[in-house]
Amino acid sequence: MSENKINLKSAWDLAPSLESTSLINLKKQYELFIGGKWVKPSSNKYFDTNNPATEEKLASIANANAKDVDLAVKAARKAYDTTWSKLSGKERGKYIYRIARIMQERAKELAVVETLDGGKPIRESRDIDIPLAANHFFYYAGWADKLEYAFPNRNPKSLGVAGQITPWNFPLLMAAWKIAPALACGNTVVLKPAETTSLTTLLLAEICEQAGLPDGVVNIVTGAGDTGAEIVNHDGIDKIAFTGSTGVGKIIQKAIAGTDKKATLELGGKAANIVFEDAPLDQAVEGIINGIFFNQGHVCCAGSRLLVQESVYEVVLRKLKDRMESLILGNPLDKNTDIGAINSKEQLDTINHYIKLGKEEGAEIYQPEGKLEKKGYWCKPTLFTGVAQSNRIVQEEIFGPVLAIQTFRTIEEAITKANNTPYGLSAGVWTDKGSKIFNMTSQLRAGIVWANTFNKFDATSPFGGYKESGFGREGGLHGLEAYLSFEN
Amino acid sequence: MESKKLSIINHPLSITKVDQVGISDRVSRITKRSVKNEAKIYGLKMALSMIDLTTLEGADTVNKVKQLCYKGMHLHDSYGDLPTVAAICVYPNFVGLAKEQLKGSGINVASVATAFPSGNSSLEVKITDTKMAIDAGADEVDMVISRGKFHQGEYNYVFDEIAKIKEVCGKHARLKTILETGELGSLDNVRKASDIAMYAGSDFIKTSTGKISPAATLPVTLVMLEAIKDYYYETGIQIGMKPAGGISNAKLALQYLMLVKETLGDKWLTNEWFRFGASSLANDVLMQLEKQRTGNYQSKDYFSKD
Amino acid sequence: MSRIEVLKTYKMYIGGKFPRTESGIHYPQLDSKGNPIANMCKASRKDFRNTVVEARKAQEPWANRTAYNRSQILYRIAEMLEGRKAQFIEELMQMGTTKKQAENEVFTSIDRLIYYAGWADKYQQISSSVNPVSGAFFNFSMHEPTGVVAVIAPEENGLIGLVSTIAPIIVSGNSCIVLASESKALCSISFAEVINSSDVPGGVINILTGNALELIPHFSTHMDVNSLLYCGNNKKAIQLMKENSVTNLKRIVVKKDIDWMKDENESPYFITKFTEVKTTWHPIEKIGASGSGY
Repeated sequence: MSENKINLKSAWDLAPSLESTSLINLKKQYELFIGGKWVKPSSNKYFDTNNPATEEKLASIANANAKDVDLAVKAARKAYDTTWSKLSGKERGKYIYRIARIMQERAKELAVVETLDGGKPIRESRDIDIPLAANHFFYYAGWADKLEYAFPNRNPKSLGVAGQITPWNFPLLMAAWKIAPALACGNTVVLKPAETTSLTTLLLAEICEQAGLPDGVVNIVTGAGDTGAEIVNHDGIDKIAFTGSTGVGKIIQKAIAGTDKKATLELGGKAANIVFEDAPLDQAVEGIINGIFFNQGHVCCAGSRLLVQESVYEVVLRKLKDRMESLILGNPLDKNTDIGAINSKEQLDTINHYIKLGKEEGAEIYQPEGKLEKKGYWCKPTLFTGVAQSNRIVQEEIFGPVLAIQTFRTIEEAITKANNTPYGLSAGVWTDKGSKIFNMTSQLRAGIVWANTFNKFDATSPFGGYKESGFGREGGLHGLEAYLSFEN
Repeated sequence: MESKKLSIINHPLSITKVDQVGISDRVSRITKRSVKNEAKIYGLKMALSMIDLTTLEGADTVNKVKQLCYKGMHLHDSYGDLPTVAAICVYPNFVGLAKEQLKGSGINVASVATAFPSGNSSLEVKITDTKMAIDAGADEVDMVISRGKFHQGEYNYVFDEIAKIKEVCGKHARLKTILETGELGSLDNVRKASDIAMYAGSDFIKTSTGKISPAATLPVTLVMLEAIKDYYYETGIQIGMKPAGGISNAKLALQYLMLVKETLGDKWLTNEWFRFGASSLANDVLMQLEKQRTGNYQSKDYFSKD
Repeated sequence: MSRIEVLKTYKMYIGGKFPRTESGIHYPQLDSKGNPIANMCKASRKDFRNTVVEARKAQEPWANRTAYNRSQILYRIAEMLEGRKAQFIEELMQMGTTKKQAENEVFTSIDRLIYYAGWADKYQQISSSVNPVSGAFFNFSMHEPTGVVAVIAPEENGLIGLVSTIAPIIVSGNSCIVLASESKALCSISFAEVINSSDVPGGVINILTGNALELIPHFSTHMDVNSLLYCGNNKKAIQLMKENSVTNLKRIVVKKDIDWMKDENESPYFITKFTEVKTTWHPIEKIGASGSGY
C-alpha cells in the first residue's frame, strides 16, 4: 500500500459560525420546582452550574436536601391523589401533547442552553437532543388513552409517584424519556437532574408551567448524589427510574431491596462495534465515528470497542484516521463543531486517567494533531490500537472519546469477544451479508443491536440493556411497562 | 519477488459495498456545515474556477459557442479579480471554434465524444469521434461508458473501451469518463463503474451527461470520491472528479466542495482535479459573491445570460 | 406373608443425571402424620455450583432449538406425566393431600404444561413489536431468553408449583435450576424422571431438593445466574435476594400469595418476565420507491 497521505486539514478553513445566544434568557438563580411553585431550598444553599467550554458560571442552582425532597414527594402524592389519577387518559394526553408542542416552539432556546450547560455541539443538541425529547413527549402523549391496547387483558394501573434521576450526558432528552411515559401512564414525578446540567430540566419545568400542567404532577429537585439518595430512600416513592453508572445503579438496587419500589435502571455499557471484511467500509467508518465520538463519547451505548476483521484492519484504520482529521473540535456553539467540551473537570480527569492507563498498558495511541484551548475541558478524539481483551481500556467504561481497537479472524471470535463483558447495552455489526447480520444480531447479548448503522435513537424504539447494563426498557410500547402495574 | 498485498477493497472488479442510507447520513452531515463570510467567498471563487461551462444542444451554433466562450473569460467584469472558468465543454464539431476563441485565456476546451450521450455505437466510431475532437485541439475528452454492456455484466468490454479511448487521448488530452450514474441503478454500481473507469486509465470520472435524470447528486458524488480516495491510496495515482448536470446554485456547489474537502482534502480543491459540469451555475455563484460584497440580495437581471 | 417393598432412593436431577448430593446430607420427607417416608438430598452450595455449570452449558443450544421443537418437547412432558399420573397422585396423597385434591393437582399440572407448550411459538408474536422509527430503518423488538434462571419453587404444592414455574421459564429458551418444595419434595424427583424421559436435553431443567433459606444466599450471589424467581412470602429472604442481586444485576422476580391451581396464574406475561427485549436496527435502502433516488 502506498504512503500517499491525504491532507484533510484544508487551507479552506471554515469561518466561525456561532449560534446566537441572544434568544436565551437565563436567570441568575434557579429555585426548586415543587407543587407548581418555584421554592427556595430549605438550606438556602446553592451551587454553580458552569459552561464546560469556558469554565464560566452560568447560574446558581438550588441544592435540595431531605426536607425539600420530602416536600416534593408530598406535592407529587397530592397531585396524584387529587388530580392526575382522576383525569381520563385523553385529558392526560392533551397536557403531554402541550408540553411537546411548547418544547418544539422553544427548541432553539433549549438547544443553546443544553450546549452551554453541557458542552455538547450545537449541531447535536439542535438536531438530536431537543427534537428527540419533543418526540418522546409527542409519542407518549398518544399512549395515555390507549394503555388497554398496549396491555390487553392486563388492566394496567398507574403506580403512583415516580422518583427519577437523570444523567448529565443527555439532560433534557433523559428527562423526556422518564417524564413522558410516567405521565402518560398516570403517575406523578419527582425528578432530579445531574448537578452539572440542571438548566434544561429547569426550563422543562417552566414549560410544564406554560402548559398549565396541574401543580405537583412534575416536580424538579436539583442537587447532587445526596439529593438523589433522598429520593431513592423516600417512603412515598413507588418507583425509581435511574440512568447513570452501573456503580450507582447497584447502590440504588440495594437501597430499595427491602421495599416494594419498582425500579428501572439504565446503566453503563462497553459496546462492541464489529466490522466484517464484506462491510460497506466507508459507511462503517462513519458508524464507528458516530459510535464513539457522538457527544464526546459521553454515551452509555457508545461503540467504545471496535472489532475489525483482520483482513481489512489496515484499510479501516486508515479510513478512520482520515475521517478523524476532518472532525472539528472546539466551541460547542459553533455550528460546525463535531466534538465539543468534556462535561466536567471530573469527567475529563477520568478520561485522562484511562488514556494514561492505556499508554501504560502498552497500547498505541493515536490522536489527530491540533491544539486545545487552555480554558475549558477538552479531549481529542483518541484511538488505541494493539489492545487485548484483558486491557482495562477494553473492559471498563471510559465515557469519553476513546476507542479501543481489536482485530478478530472469525465470526465466532467476534461474538465471543463482543459478549465477553459484564455489560450488555448495545452492539454494532457491519456486513453486507443478510444471513450473517441475523446470525450476529441474534447472538449478541445486548438490548440494542445496530446493524449497518450505529447510535440511532427513536421514541418508538425500546432502549435498555442486558446483564449489568441494567433492566427495564425506555421508549416504545415496552417503555410503558415500567410505569404500570398489572393484574397478571 | 515481493508479493504485493492484493486489497479486496481496490481490486478493480471486486465489489466495494455501499450502503445508501449510510451515504445519505454522511451527506446530510456534510451539507450541514455552515460556510460563512471569508470562507464562503473563498469557496464561491473556487467554484467559479472549477466550472466546465457547457453547451451540448442539438441547436448549438457558431454564435452560441462564441458567446459562451466570451462568458467563460469574462464572468462578471464589474466584480474584478474573478477567476475564469476551467473549460468550455462542447461537441467535437465546435472544438476548433472554441479553441480559437479561447486562445491565450488559459481556459481548456473539453469535448464530449464516443457517441455522446448514449454511447451506443461501435468502437470504431467512438475512436473516430475522439480523434476528431483531439485533432481539432481538445484539451480534454469527456467520454461515456457503455451502460448497456455494463448492465449485461460485460465489465471487460467497458474496461477495454475506456482503455482504448485513453490510448487515443494519449498525451494530447485528459480523459474524463462519464458513468451516467442515473442509468446505473444503484450506488453499488456507481462504485463498480468508478473502479472500472479508474483502473482502465481515466484521468477524471464524471457523473452524468446532463441528458438523463437524475444527473449528479451529492450521494453519487460521495461514492465516487471515496472510490477515488481508495484508488489513490492503492496506486498513488490521483484521479479527478466531475459532477455534472443539475448543479445550478451556489449553495449546492459549496456543498459539493465540502464533500471534496472532507473526503479528499486540499489536493483535490483545485480545478486541475475537480470540476463542475454546468451551464447555469456561474450566474448564481456570481450573485452570491455580489451579495457578500454589497450586502444586498441580487437580481438575475444584473448578470449576463449566455 | 406380604412382599417386602423396594424403597426408592430420591436423588437430585442435575445435567440430565441423577446424582446424590455431594454433601452426603439428607433430610426426611414426612407424611401427613409426621412419619418419615423417604430421605431427600439436602443440596449444598457445591451442588448448586455444579448445577449452574450444567444449566449454562445447556442453555444456548436449548434457546437455539426452534420454537416448534420446544413446544413439542413441553407437550411431550405433559404426555409422559399423563401416563404416570397414578404415581403422582399417590405421592401427593402420601404427603398429605386428599385424593380429590391430588387428582386435581396432577390434572391441572398436565394441562398447564400443554398451556405453555402452546405458547412456545406464539408468545413472541403477542409481545414483540415492529417500531415505526422516524428514518430509513427497519426496527423491531423481540424477546430473548434471559439465560440461566434459578427458582425457589412454591413451598405449598409438590407438583403444580414446580410445573407452573418451570414451564414458562424454559419455554422461551432459558435453562433453570429449581429448588423444589422442601416439605413436599417427593414428586419433584419423580417429575425429574418424567422430564428425563421427555426429550428435554440434559441441563435444561435441573431439580434440587433442600432448604430454601440455606440456599438463597448462594442462589442470589452466583455471578453466572441471570435471573432468580422466588415464590414465597419471606420478607427477609426477598430483601436479601434483592440486595445480593447487585453482584451481577440479576433479575429478581417475586411471586407472592399465588394460588397456582388457578388458571388466572398462567400467563404469557409470566414467560416474558424471564426474557430480555432486544431491539434491532437496519437501514432500508430507498431506491426505486416513488420519489426516492440516489
